[in-house]
Amino acid sequence: MNLEFRDPVRARELADTLTRIVAEIGRSPVSVMHVCGSHEQAIARFGLRASLPRGLNVIMGPGCPVCITDMPEIDEGVALALQGVRIATYGDMLRVPGTAGSLADARAAGATIDIVYSVSQAVELARQTDQEVVFFATGFETTAVATAAVILKGLPPNLSVLSAHKYIPPVMEIVAEMPQTRVEGFLAAGHAATITGWGIFEPFVARHHLPVVVAGFEPLDILAALVRLAEMLRDREASVSNMFPRCVTREGNRNAQAQLWRVFRPIGGRWRGIAHVPNGNLRLRDEFAGVDARRRFTIDLASLWNRAPSSLVRQCICGNIMAGIASPSDCPLFGRECVPDSPVGACMVSSEGTCRIWHQYGGIPDLRPEESTSCVRCVTDGTATKKGSSP
Amino acid sequence: MCLGVPGLVIEVEDLVATVDFWGVRKRISLDLVDEPVRAGDYVLNHVGFAIRRIPPEDARATLELYEQLLKDNAGNESEDLMAADVRSEMHAANGADR
Repeated sequence: MNLEFRDPVRARELADTLTRIVAEIGRSPVSVMHVCGSHEQAIARFGLRASLPRGLNVIMGPGCPVCITDMPEIDEGVALALQGVRIATYGDMLRVPGTAGSLADARAAGATIDIVYSVSQAVELARQTDQEVVFFATGFETTAVATAAVILKGLPPNLSVLSAHKYIPPVMEIVAEMPQTRVEGFLAAGHAATITGWGIFEPFVARHHLPVVVAGFEPLDILAALVRLAEMLRDREASVSNMFPRCVTREGNRNAQAQLWRVFRPIGGRWRGIAHVPNGNLRLRDEFAGVDARRRFTIDLASLWNRAPSSLVRQCICGNIMAGIASPSDCPLFGRECVPDSPVGACMVSSEGTCRIWHQYGGIPDLRPEESTSCVRCVTDGTATKKGSSP
Repeated sequence: MCLGVPGLVIEVEDLVATVDFWGVRKRISLDLVDEPVRAGDYVLNHVGFAIRRIPPEDARATLELYEQLLKDNAGNESEDLMAADVRSEMHAANGADR
């Protein structure tokens, strides 16, 4: 766990610059949000919060695609599995709780659930069996483009897709308008923006007058992006800044976008914890009804909904955590009833879930000195992650 | 699930590339990239698909970081979430010998 920054001197410079600029903003605290589980992993893994100035809160928003998959969507997968359909899905989905159980529970009850790392592996699986296979598709646009590409190439006749894919730009609008969050700027996820391009955030900035900085995934990328975001806040500059130019262009990957929108249409729907997100869900277009599991099968949800969720599930504050208005440490279950081996909520299941990440690496290690000087040294020598790792 | 891992393109056949990840060769779909990819290029990969061609110097820096991460967690897959996610991206691609 003693991974070091590639360039500790640069990291210290960036942290010092960030401290100075946040002080120049002249009010405290300033809250910014990122919307990516991989950002949270890097922030927590490298103990970055310990080097942030006290006046800056970096909050994780709805950036975990597995976590924001709503209970009724999980229920659809569970119901299909219990109806005897073979389900192929990404591993993180297995233990995400639905209204009355997870896919893992369905598997324990005799259903066949296959874990895949790629939609292409679901295609291979379907070719090797006569059974009906449903690919339960989750993930943001970065992952949805792969599903689209495979559908356009043509699926085996016994394979269909249950899409729970989500589209990130619309949810930023929702979170920006939530009065409880008071977010003043966003870090956008570099790999999603690799697909969509950074230009997609311009209408958002125009509507909300909040700066957006596209950020990469290495610790230095994130620090540099936070410095840029703080500069924009200090200078009251609401625009989009691309701090990940090695992967992200203004237009993005047009080939991937064309395939995405040929196959999917955005519709409004619930995200777990965020409520209704207009245009936030990606569903198959009518043209692809033949491979849409929702059309191929009658999904019997009523039988599941007769059972109530457990009382523990009702105490879970996953929704507030994903909305950025609560931290894992605010949850009475965190690290007690809810741990990675027996998760209560989705945020403890996924490797991109805030609770899971904080449970492994520690969330806000209390290493910041009383004065708001930076502490990159304790970050770079690994003590931050060690001390923070026991919640 | 939105991590991308860079790899070096060894060979291209139609829309499938053989890509080297730290000495392990995998087959990656080129269906989604929006520019021509040739042997010697680096591509950013996610769930078995190349999503962008990237400059070699940037790819190498990221590869070094992830390599260190994997080494630190060798034989300890369940321990580190980032290392596990990097490994997932490699599992997403089929082996080159298939």
